[in-house]
Amino acid sequence: MTLRTAPPDRPLTDRIRPEHEPYNLREYEKHGGYQGLRKALKMAPQEVTALVKNAGLRGRGGAGFHTGVKWGLVPMDGSAKQKYIVANGDEMEPGTFKDRLLLEGDPHQFVEGIAAAGYAIGATVGYVFLRAEYFLAAERLRKAIAECYAHKLLGEDIQGSGFTFNLYLHTSAGRYICGEETALISSLEGKRAVPRAKPPFPAQSGLFGKPTVVNNIETLCNVPHIVLYGAEWFRSISKSVDGGTKIYGASGKVKRPGAWELPMGTTAREILEEHAGGMRDGLKLRGFLPGGASTDFLTADHLDLAMDFDTIAKAGSRMGTGQMIVLDDHTSVVGMLRNLEKFFATESCGWFTPCRDGLPWTERILRDLEAGKGRPGDLELLQQQTRLLGPGRTFCAHAPGAMEPLQSALKYFRADFERGIAGTAPAKVA
Amino acid sequence: MTHARKVTIQMDGRSFEVPADSNLLHVLLEKGVDLPYFCWHPALGSVGACRQCAVTQFRDDNDKTGRVVMACMTPCSNNLRVSLDHPEAAEMRKAVIEFLMTNHPHDCPVCEEGGHCHLQDMTVMTGHNYRRYRYTKRTHRNQDLGPFVGHEMNRCIACYRCVRYYKDYAGGKDLDSFGAHNHVYFGREKDGVLESEFAGNLVEVCPTGVFTDKTYGDSYTRKWDLQQAPSVCAHCSVGCNTMPGERYGRLKRIENRYHGELNGYFLCDRGRYGYQFVNREDRPRRATRKNGHVETLSVQEATAAVSELLKGGRAIGVGSPRASLEANHALRALVGAENFYQGESKASAELNALALDILARGPAKIAAIRDIERADAVLVLGEDVLQTGARVALALRQAVRQEAFKMAEAAKVPAWQDASVRILAQDAKSPLFVATPAATGIDEIATRTFRGTPTDVARLAQEVLHLLDPMPAPRAPGLSDDDVHLAHTIAEALKKAERPLIVAGTGCGSRVVLQEAANLCTALAKLGKQPSVSLVFAESNTVGATLLGGPSLDEALARVDSGAADTLVVLENDLYRRLPAARVNAALGKLKHLVVLDSIPTATTAQAEVILPAGSFAESDGTLVNFEGRAQRFFQVFVPNNGDILESWRWMQEIGLAAGRDMGDALDALTAACAASAPALAPIVDAAPSAKFRIAGLRIPRQSHRYSGRTAMHANKDVHEPRPPQDPDSPLAFSMEGARINLPPAEIPIFWAPRWNSPQATITRFQQEINGPLKGGDPGVRLLQPDPAARPPYFERPAVLDHAGLEVVALHHLFGSEEFSALGEAVRQRVPAAYVALNPATADRLKLADGATAAFAGAGVTIQLPVRLKAELPEDVLGVPAGLPGVPTVAAGSELKPAGGGA
Repeated sequence: MTLRTAPPDRPLTDRIRPEHEPYNLREYEKHGGYQGLRKALKMAPQEVTALVKNAGLRGRGGAGFHTGVKWGLVPMDGSAKQKYIVANGDEMEPGTFKDRLLLEGDPHQFVEGIAAAGYAIGATVGYVFLRAEYFLAAERLRKAIAECYAHKLLGEDIQGSGFTFNLYLHTSAGRYICGEETALISSLEGKRAVPRAKPPFPAQSGLFGKPTVVNNIETLCNVPHIVLYGAEWFRSISKSVDGGTKIYGASGKVKRPGAWELPMGTTAREILEEHAGGMRDGLKLRGFLPGGASTDFLTADHLDLAMDFDTIAKAGSRMGTGQMIVLDDHTSVVGMLRNLEKFFATESCGWFTPCRDGLPWTERILRDLEAGKGRPGDLELLQQQTRLLGPGRTFCAHAPGAMEPLQSALKYFRADFERGIAGTAPAKVA
Repeated sequence: MTHARKVTIQMDGRSFEVPADSNLLHVLLEKGVDLPYFCWHPALGSVGACRQCAVTQFRDDNDKTGRVVMACMTPCSNNLRVSLDHPEAAEMRKAVIEFLMTNHPHDCPVCEEGGHCHLQDMTVMTGHNYRRYRYTKRTHRNQDLGPFVGHEMNRCIACYRCVRYYKDYAGGKDLDSFGAHNHVYFGREKDGVLESEFAGNLVEVCPTGVFTDKTYGDSYTRKWDLQQAPSVCAHCSVGCNTMPGERYGRLKRIENRYHGELNGYFLCDRGRYGYQFVNREDRPRRATRKNGHVETLSVQEATAAVSELLKGGRAIGVGSPRASLEANHALRALVGAENFYQGESKASAELNALALDILARGPAKIAAIRDIERADAVLVLGEDVLQTGARVALALRQAVRQEAFKMAEAAKVPAWQDASVRILAQDAKSPLFVATPAATGIDEIATRTFRGTPTDVARLAQEVLHLLDPMPAPRAPGLSDDDVHLAHTIAEALKKAERPLIVAGTGCGSRVVLQEAANLCTALAKLGKQPSVSLVFAESNTVGATLLGGPSLDEALARVDSGAADTLVVLENDLYRRLPAARVNAALGKLKHLVVLDSIPTATTAQAEVILPAGSFAESDGTLVNFEGRAQRFFQVFVPNNGDILESWRWMQEIGLAAGRDMGDALDALTAACAASAPALAPIVDAAPSAKFRIAGLRIPRQSHRYSGRTAMHANKDVHEPRPPQDPDSPLAFSMEGARINLPPAEIPIFWAPRWNSPQATITRFQQEINGPLKGGDPGVRLLQPDPAARPPYFERPAVLDHAGLEVVALHHLFGSEEFSALGEAVRQRVPAAYVALNPATADRLKLADGATAAFAGAGVTIQLPVRLKAELPEDVLGVPAGLPGVPTVAAGSELKPAGGGA
């Protein structure tokens, strides 16, 4: 075993070798793996939580909730006999593939992270809820878990610490809503994947009625590094008030679509122009969804904003998963929206009315507008939907998420929609 | 929920004082505010799925923007400020209906729900009129769900009430939500009969026309065209309140009639669908006399003939536990008290008397259904309540949720937050123990079950008694270590409970089981508990008939045997269901005259010389006493237009008149006379207002103000509109005209209010508070007032006799064991074929395979039927389905032996 001399700048992807099999346990440990977990096991659980809180780690699934705060909500007074940690690997956000990269590239990093997180909240059982289509990730994760069991890094009395942690992989049946943490819990229990009313919050009564923390894969992957190198270091590798690095990504008609681990707070421009190589030749940027399909459009005017939770929120959008979807000037805005809303309409779980019945209506209006068959009043109708399906009116965040690209598109690209009203020129650009 | 603390809330300039943390939707509906809703149901709580009950909530007086919240998900806190009128809330409510209507078909004119559709009411209420959605609607395939419930999925608005009721509330397994987004589907995994005994409630739970009453649909009438009267279910001893509806002389349907203490919102399927016997053509419809051939008699001829038969002075009468108190009393008055006999076998009559005594003497409180739902530890002894008093079983399903409500309270989650409570509690259940001879439908919610003969069940109870009160109560003999451990578990659970409940009944035919149930109540009271007891009886008026008393049928037949009686008047009773056929035949053979009054054709009417066609529950009035000793009045729904059907008591009044005995000419005289006959019966006159009751001089109309075709519906016979029938027996009128407001709760013939055409009107306009009693109090009077301070001595135990043969254990069937319902078309499809049941080991010893026909004899009976193997039945027991068509009558506890000819 070797300990690295200097902490890495890109901890999450440090051990990932593209086009190669991920490190096995021996190789992973040789490259400093499981040092974080070993160190955590020597700390008090609450110390681990405090460390993560101080490091400023915020949830990487999209909502950006402070991870340490979330852990701190779990009762640690011995009142709960059973607690659970659940990894949300149901990565179905359009344009987002960062968790896949992490699981396929370095499964042990994740296992180490969830075990340390489990230790911090006193959970003896962890579940990985993995997107149905992530076959390779599932295979590599299974292998990693098996290795850990064989070497006492999972199971009873890990490394003689007295801490028991069992980890199970559950592959989803494939619904976007399972990414919502309470729907995920319902699904894991074998029930319909329908979001739950809060309270009770999962930290109080989650999986099988027991205190549960649900964390994103990327979030958990950060944990071993924070434990090993400390909160100060974690903050130091960020350009923002939020700690750490972030796997940013870009898709759409850019030269090099992909995902890159960069300091938190890297500007959108740097991501787009330096890492994604800018727009394809002959295309211009019209706008981008900063963090997946369920975030508001930003435009070229926002390119110099730091991609962190608070900055993007101030600009009227959400950082979400940090995986940009880029809209160029040759692609129909209305068509893109129609595609997105079809996705959201299909993925509505059907629980509450505005989402279930409003999204298909929205999609159909967009289909008409795209075909130049819109009718006067359609835009007002869409505008009304963004209100009726918006925050506060709904049971969960699905419908408001679906309305974010629509409401911002109506704001920034209204003329495109107006052209879809029958009798005017078709909406198709170029 | 009871809250000590009151808070003040403000709504659109009004101010209400309400209990803290109460549900805002409840509060507003109670105040008469028209706030539309779908997914919320008072029995199911809130889940916030439909987003219909939107209101705007403000932070403080300066906040004019507010935010839209769902009333059903909002707990009332002090100074909560909400507005219904605020444009955003009004827009939201209208929009939700518009969303729902994107897929709801415009088939109201041909939809069975039209006219009592909650969706229609809510659509009008929100003001959604014109359709902006210009696209196609989604379509679904419908399923055949069996004889009771129709399915029309295109109408679905996905409120999720059906699955929440069927699965979560009633414990059904075979209805679920499938698919997702706007194609979510509510149905079974594949076509087939809905398994739940309470599936029919879907018809009322569904806010629109997805689930409809198939029997009603087969002969459909709009709600407003029905003639209705408040009634009481005739199909078991629970006495659920019902609302039958009639048109063109045909009973069309049964709907639930809310009773806060009793049935609440739900009926069992026997109660809802058992009515079809009323419409049978082959019912006794005219008086007949068999005299070599069958001759039809007019009413006058019949009364004259029967009064002539009674003159000999050797006539006796046999009453009935399925006839009203008034009918039984009339028979007693007609033949003379010394010649009146209960319509029950000696064994049954004694068992009923014992059960009644246990209820009456205390110390246990007699549990209403509502009390059963709130019991936090339950021991069921001997009784298969799902089959004998199904509504009790549905209540027990709620009782086991007490643990969930305790957990919610600890977590400060209001009990009405249904989803939250279920998340918190998961599978946690309060203790329920089911000790019965055979497997029951509530075993799955039981903490532990126990299987044994009634004697074994009594032994287990005895051991529990010993653990509760060791000194006087001896240990039970012959229990296994497991059973002793179970007894400990039960005793601990009962001791820990705040509201322990013992459930038993006469269904397993065992005195000792009833006695131990009573002993346990006494022991719990001695421990300072306030135990409740619920004893299920066999029939709708078993308790009433027992209170009325009289010697048993065995004694009546003995009197016939002896020659001391030569004429027998049988009231609404099939003697062949009471005693073995050979015993009945022996007596009937010696009779000169057999007169039978009945509403249905039976083995007894087949033997009768004179048959007098009696009104069923729907064509008669009277008083029934249910299993909690509650006297309840049921009212005539319609006057039959086919035949000479009269109330049985009216036949007797007429016969009495012909014989020179004045028994009055209306119901009230009989009710009063019956009340005067025994102190326990005195309160029955208060079960409902008398026939003289008027509101501002007006009667109460049985027909809605929209009743159509009144002047034309008889025009095929006569263009002159006939004079409507007069009703001397109740304040109700066969009319559209009369008083419609401030009705006494026992006399409400239709739950309707302006803007509330669906049965939801009950909740919003007729309840004092949500889930509370009806305005004016729940109907009926309790006749039994047990003394909570009573400490009766424990019942002694008789010596246990060894059985040499197979002990007969009664098995009950919700569909099949009850006489009336089994005669209806829909229920008949659910009645199992006749059989007897054996434990596989016993069958093996007797060399009988599953399905083999075998004969068993003893106790004056020979039974030859196919054998069904039931693993949970004790050994050396013969399970005999009680009352099932084709199964001979044999008393529980009898001993039968294989009679050869088997296999």
